[in-house]
Amino acid sequence: MRRLVLPGIVALLALLPLLNLLPEGSPFRVSDFVVSVAGKWLCYAILALALDLAWGYAGILSLGHGAFFALGGYAIGMHLMRLIGPRGVYGHPVLPDFMVFLGYQELPWFWWGFGNFPFALLMALLVPGLLAFVVGYLAFRSRITGVYLSIITQAMTYALMLAFFRNDMGFGGNNGFTDFKELLGMPLNTPFARFVLYFAALVALVGCFLVSAAMTRTKFGRVLAAIRDGESRVRFLGYDTLRHKLFIFVLSAMMAGLAGALYVPIVGIINPGEFSPANSIEAVVWVAFGGRGTLVGAVLGAFSVNALKTWLTSFAPDLWLIVLGILFIAVPLLMPRGLIGMLRR
Amino acid sequence: MPASLASGDPHGTSSLIRWFLLLLLLAALPARGQDFDSLVPGLAGGFTQQAEAVERLGALGDPRALPLLRALSESRLLRAEGGVRVAPDGPAPSGPEVIRINNRVRVALRGALGRLQLVSPDPAERLAAADGLLRARSAEDIPLLEAALAREAVPRIRAHMELALGAARLGSPDPAVRRAGIAALGGTASPEARAVLLAARGTDEALSADVNAAVAAIDRRLSLRRAAETAFQGLSLGSVLLLAALGLAVTFGVMGVINMAHGEFVMIGAYTTVVVQEALRASPTLAPWSLPLAIPAAFLVTAAIGAAMERGLIRHLYGRPLETLLLTFGVGMVLQQVVRLVFGAQNREVISPPWMQGTLTLPFDITVTQNRAWIILFALAVLAATFAAIRLTRFGLEMRAVVQNRRIAATMGIRTGRVDALTFAFGSGIAGLAGVALSQIDNVSPNLGTSYIIDSFMVVVFGGVGSLLGTLIGAFTLGVVNKLLEPWAGAVLAKVAVLVGIMLFIQRRPKGLFALKGRAAES
Repeated sequence: MRRLVLPGIVALLALLPLLNLLPEGSPFRVSDFVVSVAGKWLCYAILALALDLAWGYAGILSLGHGAFFALGGYAIGMHLMRLIGPRGVYGHPVLPDFMVFLGYQELPWFWWGFGNFPFALLMALLVPGLLAFVVGYLAFRSRITGVYLSIITQAMTYALMLAFFRNDMGFGGNNGFTDFKELLGMPLNTPFARFVLYFAALVALVGCFLVSAAMTRTKFGRVLAAIRDGESRVRFLGYDTLRHKLFIFVLSAMMAGLAGALYVPIVGIINPGEFSPANSIEAVVWVAFGGRGTLVGAVLGAFSVNALKTWLTSFAPDLWLIVLGILFIAVPLLMPRGLIGMLRR
Repeated sequence: MPASLASGDPHGTSSLIRWFLLLLLLAALPARGQDFDSLVPGLAGGFTQQAEAVERLGALGDPRALPLLRALSESRLLRAEGGVRVAPDGPAPSGPEVIRINNRVRVALRGALGRLQLVSPDPAERLAAADGLLRARSAEDIPLLEAALAREAVPRIRAHMELALGAARLGSPDPAVRRAGIAALGGTASPEARAVLLAARGTDEALSADVNAAVAAIDRRLSLRRAAETAFQGLSLGSVLLLAALGLAVTFGVMGVINMAHGEFVMIGAYTTVVVQEALRASPTLAPWSLPLAIPAAFLVTAAIGAAMERGLIRHLYGRPLETLLLTFGVGMVLQQVVRLVFGAQNREVISPPWMQGTLTLPFDITVTQNRAWIILFALAVLAATFAAIRLTRFGLEMRAVVQNRRIAATMGIRTGRVDALTFAFGSGIAGLAGVALSQIDNVSPNLGTSYIIDSFMVVVFGGVGSLLGTLIGAFTLGVVNKLLEPWAGAVLAKVAVLVGIMLFIQRRPKGLFALKGRAAES
């Protein structure tokens, strides 16, 4: 019975966009809006998985995973901007609109290659991975742990947000990127594109889930859990905790970058607001609510909290932040093991 | 001026010269013995006559001429029986009785008005006149300015007059006078003097060496002043950071509790100021005291919220720092949203008391805003009070005992739970005080706290958790470094650079500048 739960959930998720194909007026028909919202949630679930690998398994509470997510989104956003080509408002064959507006003469060097999709996708993984490597190496090497690490990662995403808000960074300033036209020759904003993007996100989620599940069962995964529970002891036993933590942190950041890369074509916009510390910490509450240290919990948390958010903001947007705040308060006090913990009891 | 003559005062001598010149001028007049009353009708005459009358009235220095000449320049002077009269306020008069002027009269008027204003009883007029003469840079104004300087007592106006005098001397045909002018201008620290000198350098080859030396002297003083002003801005930012971080130094540093709602406590302190101000608005006796009264009010309000939060929520999560972090973040979210719902999302206005408005001029013309100067003092006072509370009171002693060893403190009869609650209330109350100060310089809005919280965490991490000295030094270092970087990196990049710098700094000193042992230190 238990073995059927996960495949069942995946099957349901796969079925959802197919219901969109039903004729207008059918009671089982799922609207376009629901398909794109569900696509967003799939990306959030990947982000939650990534965060859970770092926090739930290795005890690294990152308050800056939104930065990795946003960097991945920006990488794909740059590709989408390049694909607009001469269809922009200014009609410049190479430069995106905002660069023409800001008086750029040629493409800055860090935009080179983003016309190529595989390169952009690679960058969506490598840039967050590299940032995580540098920050993680510096932090773990000097044994910054616990809340200190959380504050450092929060400062990291805050600094990136400030930087990306600047117009002369070459990333569109506070408007970011939007008005995308196509991806891989497929026009966006069509039902077909919604399907493709939805299934891409679903496949990515299942893939990330399987990889994570396999990894946490290996010896490596057990050492990670040991580091979470008693880092000094693991170190005394002769394990190189720096390498373990760095590996999982970088992997987690790349997974977050992938989530961002899938997210941007679905929502059609990326701006520096994605770097805001509040986004990162909201992702933490998904994991905490679902149940950290369990992969299913992270996914479940991302879905349920976002479902609550979508439902609540539709009729009482003012209340959402209060409810979210209460979730932050209630989860550690009343359900430290999250939804999964409550279900299993 | 017999007294100044006896003491050999140079202004006395120049005053003599002035009278001498005036005598000469009077002697040169075609009709002798003309005074104010006989000059006035000339204003209604032909253009040549008008210009002459204007010039003489200006030279006469009689304050009664000022309104007449001003009215003439604004086309509000009317012909009247046996003289002139000023049109009443209201729409511009018209008709044949309005006295018209031409350009020559206008030129004469500009000079005469400047001269008359120079001796006006109104300080603002005198200041404007000095600035007008600085622009004119005419050697003819030297005696006037010297005379005016001799009578001027307000230092600010004196400085402007000296500047104008120096500039006027540059236009003199006598090289010695010009050299004196250059020296006088070189003695100031004003960009205007520098501009005047640079303009004069091209016209006067012989004195270019003097001019260059004077310009260099001004540049030196200007850069000194800029450095002082940057330092003040840095201190000002540092004092704000200090206020915001002090409460954290208590809750995070002493108790090891990371309070992400700290920024919201600061915000609530600012809103308490708003509420106190609005409550006292009706009372004329208490209204001017609303800001001083808001200080204890904000402390008590935020301390009460802090105590309730510690007893009700945080207490259950001791030893689980990450969960505490999430919980306090949630409390912050709820507080922020509740304030937004109650008070609205837009900024609330806080009126500064008069003694905090305006600017303060320190030596070398360094201007600082009053409210920022007060906040620096306030931050230092709060630091001193915190230090005293921790070091000198019974509560502080118990707090330190609990930090060092909770169980032994408990066996000695200290009620550790109560100490925890009081410590947290104390730290939260300091956040409220920070809010009172911030209400004077920042917009009071529900997200006031969010912009300071990360910076103040950086201060605590940089300065060393649990060390008040570290917090002090950390806050001022970050403030000054930020302001030093700003001119060439821009405000945003400066902030980013500081964040990166701190991350690199804690590579070398993971526990900050001043590491302290306690419950917060890794066991």
